[in-house]
Order: sequence, then C-alpha cells, then structure tokens
Amino acid sequence: MAAMDRAGSAITADSSEGWDVSRAVAAVNYPRWALTCAAILFALYMAWMIIANDAFQWHTVFHWLFDPTVMQGLGVTLGLTVVAMVLGTIIGLVLAICRLSGHRIASGFAGLYIWFFRGTPMLVQLIFWYNLATLFPQISIAIPFAPPLVSWDTNTIITPLTAAIVGLALNEAAYMAEVIRAGLISVDHGQSEAAQAFGMTRQRALRRIIIPQAMRSIIPPTGNQLISMIKGTSLVSVIAMNDLLYSVQAIYNRTFEIIPLLMVAVVWYLFITSMLNFAQSHIERYYARGERRSEAPRVSTSDMEDAQ
Amino acid sequence: MNIIQTISSAPVLVQARDVHKSYGANEVLKGIDLDVRIGETVVILGPSGSGKSTLLRCINHLESMQKGSILVGGEQVGYVKRDGKLYYANAAQLARQRHGIGMVFQQFNLYPHMTVMQNIIEAPVGVYKEKRASAEDYARMLLKRVGLLEKASAYPRQLSGGQQQRVAIARALAIKPKLMLFDEPTSALDPELVGEVLATMRDLASSGLTMIVVTHEISFAREAADRVIFMDGGRIVEEGPPDQVLVNPKHPRTRAFLNRVI
Ligand SMILES: Nc1ncnc2c1ncn2[C@@H]1O[C@H](COP(=O)(O)OP(=O)(O)OP(=O)(O)O)[C@@H](O)[C@H]1O
Ligand SMILES: [Mg+2]
Repeated sequence: MAAMDRAGSAITADSSEGWDVSRAVAAVNYPRWALTCAAILFALYMAWMIIANDAFQWHTVFHWLFDPTVMQGLGVTLGLTVVAMVLGTIIGLVLAICRLSGHRIASGFAGLYIWFFRGTPMLVQLIFWYNLATLFPQISIAIPFAPPLVSWDTNTIITPLTAAIVGLALNEAAYMAEVIRAGLISVDHGQSEAAQAFGMTRQRALRRIIIPQAMRSIIPPTGNQLISMIKGTSLVSVIAMNDLLYSVQAIYNRTFEIIPLLMVAVVWYLFITSMLNFAQSHIERYYARGERRSEAPRVSTSDMEDAQ
Repeated sequence: MNIIQTISSAPVLVQARDVHKSYGANEVLKGIDLDVRIGETVVILGPSGSGKSTLLRCINHLESMQKGSILVGGEQVGYVKRDGKLYYANAAQLARQRHGIGMVFQQFNLYPHMTVMQNIIEAPVGVYKEKRASAEDYARMLLKRVGLLEKASAYPRQLSGGQQQRVAIARALAIKPKLMLFDEPTSALDPELVGEVLATMRDLASSGLTMIVVTHEISFAREAADRVIFMDGGRIVEEGPPDQVLVNPKHPRTRAFLNRVI
C-alpha cells in the first residue's frame, strides 16, 4: 500500500510510459484455488458416497425409472402443474389488476382472497375441495332467491382431478397475484402516463407497455412458484390423485423398496426442475432486450502489494 | 383577456377559463385564463412549484381540475356534453380527444422494451389504426427530421439523453398533433445535449405547429416564443411578447425570477 501514502493517490506525475492493457492478466489468487480444489474434492466424495452406497440400490432405481406406472404419475404431475399454473396465473393477474385498480370493492375483494388463500394450509384447502359435497351437496346456477336454472350433484363434479386442479389453481392465484402486483408497481409511473397521453386505454397500456416491462421482475419469482408448485402437487396424493409421488408409493407399498423408489421420484423432480431453470434463463434473456449491457471491468481477486 | 396584438387573429386552439386545481388543501392553480392561437408558440416560465406542469397536464387531462374549463380545438378534453349535461368521457372518447395533442416529458418516458421505430408507431398503428407501412414511412420521415434516421432499430437505452428526447419528440409528432405540449424537455439533459433538442423544437415552432413549452431555457423563449407567460403561485402574473416580458418585465416577481436565472 506504499503508493497510497503519496498524497492518497495511486497516480503520480512521473509514472513513466503506459502499458497496453491488452497484455493485462488477472493475478493468481492462491487461497481461492485451494478452496476451489477442496470444494471439488468434497463434491466428488459425496457423489462417491451416494453412488457406491448399496443401500440406494441403483439397479432398482434404474429398473423403475421408466416404469409405465411412474411415467403415468409423471404425466399427472406435469399436467396438474401446467393446468394449475396457467389458471393460477390468469386468476392472479386479474386479482393483481383488481388490487391496483382504484376501485375500492374490487381491490377489497382481491385483498380478502389473497388473505384467505395464503393464510390457510394448502393441505386443508385440498381436503376441503375434495369434500365440498358435505358442505354443498348441490351446485347450481340461479338468480338469488329464485329456483335454480341448472343444478348439478356436487359429487359428480368434484372428482380427485377437479378437486386437485381447483385447489392448486386457487391457491396459486393468491401467490401469483402478489408476484404480478409487485411486477406491475415496479414499472416507472411515467410509462403509464406516456401511454395515457398517447390515447391508450388502461387495458392496452397494461398489455403493450406495463406488463412487458413488469415481466422482468415477474419471471424470477414465478420460476420459484412453478418449482414449488411441482413439488406442491405431491400433496394431491392425499386425495387419491395418482401423481408421481403417489405412483412410487403405490409401487413400494408392494415391493418395500422404499428408498430406491423415492430416489426415482427425486430424479424426476430434479430433472423437471433443471429443465425449468433452463427455460427460465431463456425467457429472462428475451425480456431483458433493450437493456444496456456492458462488460464489467475485470479485476484481480488476490491481495497483492500494489507497488510498481 | 389581454391577447397581444402582434399575434395574427388566427383562431384560438386552446382556451382555458378560470382553471382551479388543488391537491388536498394545497391549491396549485388559482384561476388560470389562457388563450393559445393556432400556430403560436407559448413559453411558460416560473419558479419551481408555481404550477406550470400541472397546467400543462390539465390541458390533456392527465390531471383533472376542480373548477373551470379548458377547450382544445373546441372540445373539452376528458368531458363530453350531451343533452345539456356534462359527462366524464369514457376511455374511447378520451383517446379520440387526445389524438390531437402530443406530449413530450422531462424524463422522455420512451418505452424501453421497444425499438425507436416501435416506440414511434405504437400509437398511430395500435391506437389510431393507421396502416403499418404508411406509419413506418411517416416515422422514418420524422426520424430524418430530428436527425436520427440511422437509430430506427436501436433501443432507447442505447441512445444518449439528447437522442432519446428527440425520439420522444418524433413519437409525439407521429400522431399528427394539432398541439404539442413540452414539459421541461431539456431539464434532464447534460448542458451539451440541450442544444440539439432546442434546435429541433425551434424548427417545429417555425414550421407553424402550435406549441406550449414549459422550460427554464430563457434563450429558447427569446428566440422561438411568440408569447411568454410568467406564472407564480398558481397564477399568471405577466404575459406578453418575449422582448417585452424578458427585457422589460413589469411585475417585480418576474424581474426577481429573471435576475436569478439569467
Ligand atoms: N401528485 C401531486 N400530489 C400532491 N401535490 C402535488 C402533486 N403534483 C404536484 N403537486 C404540487 O403542486 C405544486 C405545483 O407543482 P408543479 O409540478 O405544477 O410545479 P412546476 O411549476 O411544474 O414546478 P417545477 O419547475 O419544479 O417542475 C407543487 O407545490 C407540488 O408540490
Ligand atoms: Mg414541472
């Protein structure tokens, strides 16, 4: 730090000729190298522990990995995730817009919805939807205080599948509403003002100007939501939906190969999650267009003496 | 009304009468009367907080007022008269009324996720249903006029502040406005970028467009304004041709303000 002592600046009047910066290299950071090596060794050791451990019974895992029952469970999990997420996002968007509209009743209703569905356990909600018939034996469309126009038996409508979709989607909507609301308010107010001044209606301004910009901050937490949704669908096994977890459970209840079959489920959950991460980074790049990107200046990370 | 006789007797485009506007208990506009004739360039000067932006924003109804009336081209922006009653306009009526009014903001407010070309044609094509091809031709003509034809496919953040503001001017011109509103268009710019934007605006003023400009650039007022309006405390305290208001102000407030900014 000798150079710093001279008038507190590294720049001196007699610093001779400048060297072409294209010759510059990063100084070696030995402690970091050591740490990196240790981390790699540790990871290899952990991998070895898992692969070499007979208790995991890898041959059993591979035996069941592509089993038709497992494949079907995987299909149910994926299908449920997609349908519940799409419905949840649409309802969430409507709730977020209601919440932000100056309309007191709409925003109050949205607030109440979010409060209720975030405040009660997912598991309870699912069981509730599944047992809706005990509360409302009939579902009907009617004008209040008049005989119903159409009416259905609740038990014929609420199957495990519809209970799962309704439960997951309505719960997801509450979380997506907050994610989307956060995204919408992150967009500079000047944008909606400009849109207004150019004659856009509120819907058009949202669709063309506000939402595309909000997407940048909506996508990362939505990725989060999607991943917890995939794992959240495993809850539907309590209402006898044959999702991925339910199907491996069905198998190990027969074969008692609990750990290897749970590993089958783990492998598939991790696989889907990795695919989603990959997709997410692509979508993020799309919505980051128009950003000014510049390379950060390179720096050395080691603590070397700064003397010439 | 003391309309100055140097301006021709062209028809009045903007007519404000007794405009009052408050934020809560804070009365920001305390009875504004203003006439702007077709082809006129009016520059509004005044200290910070005197209500200049608020007046401008009332003209295109970005802000609603509590009392008085503003006519633009014979229409009350934000309201419709029907059967002897005054109703609030709906979204479609408001869009149509704003068609004639272009606005340029201090912070540019370009759409950052769209290219320069998309920014310019968004309102003409999306809102006013012009043909894309002809809107693009017109956009290129406007870009040429503001000297940025080669930036058509750039994104706003890849441009300098001065270039962004010139794009914003082109975007406002793309809806073929009868009236242009500028709210401190050069205040967010570095001093060396102010000149290019003012040059573009002078060019517009001399082309006969009707403009209302809020600015602190006295030089622009001197060279391009037909009339200068001085506002203070929510009132118009003095108005007249630039060589009168800027050189020989009558009101002590105007004198004090000009001494500070020149
Ligand atoms: N949205 C708002 N809510 C409450 N008060 C406001 C709002 N906008 C403006 N004001 C107040 O209105 C007054 C006039 O504001 P305005 O922006 O019109 O001033 P201005 O003349 O444009 O000033 P400047 O030169 O600083 O832009 C100020 O006192 C300001 O505090
Ligand atoms: Mg202002």
